[in-house]
Amino acid sequence: MTTGELLLKQADLQAARKAKFAGRKFINQVALVMSLLAMAFGLLWLFWILLDTIVLGIGGMNWTTLTEMTPPPNDEGGLANAIYGSFLMVMLAALVGTPIGVLAGIYLAEFDSQGWLASVTRFVNDILLSAPSIVIGLFVYSVIVFRFKSFSGIAGVVALALIVVPIVIRTTENMLQLVPAGLREAAYALGAPKWKVILSITLRSARAGVVTGVLLAVARIAGETAPLLFTALSNQFWTSSLAEPMASLPVTIFKFAMSPYENWQKLAWAGVFIITLAVLGLNILARVLTRSKI
Amino acid sequence: MNAISAPPERAKIAVKNLDFYYGKFHALKTINLEIPEKKVTAFIGPSGCGKSTLLRVFNRMFELYPEQRAEGEVLLDGHDLLHSKEDVALLRAKVGMVFQKPTPFPMSIFDNVAFGVKLFESLNSADLDERVEWALRKAALWGEVRDKLDQSGSSLSGGQQQRLCIARGIAIKPEVLLLDEPCSALDPISTAKIEELITELKNDYTVVIVTHNMQQAARCSDYTAYMYLGDLVEFGATEQIFFKPNRKETEDYITGRFG
Repeated sequence: MTTGELLLKQADLQAARKAKFAGRKFINQVALVMSLLAMAFGLLWLFWILLDTIVLGIGGMNWTTLTEMTPPPNDEGGLANAIYGSFLMVMLAALVGTPIGVLAGIYLAEFDSQGWLASVTRFVNDILLSAPSIVIGLFVYSVIVFRFKSFSGIAGVVALALIVVPIVIRTTENMLQLVPAGLREAAYALGAPKWKVILSITLRSARAGVVTGVLLAVARIAGETAPLLFTALSNQFWTSSLAEPMASLPVTIFKFAMSPYENWQKLAWAGVFIITLAVLGLNILARVLTRSKI
Repeated sequence: MNAISAPPERAKIAVKNLDFYYGKFHALKTINLEIPEKKVTAFIGPSGCGKSTLLRVFNRMFELYPEQRAEGEVLLDGHDLLHSKEDVALLRAKVGMVFQKPTPFPMSIFDNVAFGVKLFESLNSADLDERVEWALRKAALWGEVRDKLDQSGSSLSGGQQQRLCIARGIAIKPEVLLLDEPCSALDPISTAKIEELITELKNDYTVVIVTHNMQQAARCSDYTAYMYLGDLVEFGATEQIFFKPNRKETEDYITGRFG
């Protein structure tokens, strides 16, 4: 082949490359634009919701919102009992649900990952995970409320805990499975017993993820209304007795927002603002925890 | 396989008619081998030949996986470790292992080294400090980490992490140290440091090293075993294996005509 022919061939090759590259670049740009549009669409609603929450919520926020009880229609008052009730029930549900979820997650990931019991547990857990929360509320209603003939805070706690457990099981198992097998082997190679390997090595490596799972579960139940409607119901007054009906922010918001009374509607928005802020805080905390990973 | 001469030293580990299975796959075929005490023994051979598998029998690591099983005998100081009634944790305190990839635990450098010690000994804090320093000095890491013992183990470089793992392994004062390709993820300087360390370690420990690096085997081992497809092809003094191999296959592998 002469030099001339060679150069011609190379020029052809260059041209073919350029044509192919231009096509690729075009497809890349189309994909990029579509992705950006999809993102903008999602963010638009999110920011709209946040903006509305802030604008309308901050109007209802003042010191009495945090200190006074829920008022009768057209009267002054606050959300103190609802905030307290939500806080108490969410905390207790997390305290009950977290150990159960973490222990079950450890069992699935570390003890019986292939066995039939694990497969059944996983399957049932997935069902529970995707069960509509109203179903869980109705279940607790029939098991606890109906039997004891009273709506109660404890029934609310049970319903919320039932939502926490499957979320925590799932995240704990997933996070433990992400721990490299080499790390476990290294610990076993030192003669560590299984419980020690799990506690000091695997769970410790996965702790940021496990904690994140718990926080996200808490964020989720903080806004749940349906399971509380049938269980804790609501209460106009301050109560710290779990045997009595208990007020909560979501149910109060539901009740107040649907009402024709202006002061109730204002308080509903204030409640929305408080919940949003709390959930946002929990999500940020979860983010920070996953980032500061050893 | 025949023509395997037993080394003149006392055998720390004696493998007798060992067969190993991954489920149905026959990975080690009737291995007979004596690992001499306080020497460095290297296992070489192409990937998948069973070197690591054999190593993981010595501390019964394979038992973590239910589908893996070993048949035959492996004697540690004359006692069969495969059929021992003794708890496997006590065996692993005697037979330590360092893996291919550095695996620092999610805790401080100090706690990484102290982890294994605390499992078997109740030392007061001064003795524990001393032991950690001793192990880190032995692993040639003390100078680099003495001022940051409370930092996370994973903050170290790859080579330092691997030396940390070696320190962790020797801190519990095992009798045998198994090294499974300990340098394959390291740069040449870290590799040189670890090889130096291996030579140092054989004063006190019986060392078994799996390596893909011929030069490494030649440099730091006293005995070499060449394995192929689950068979022990040849075993002998490293010089003999490298300069006057008895078998053609060994020579081909070492000189790079096959591998």
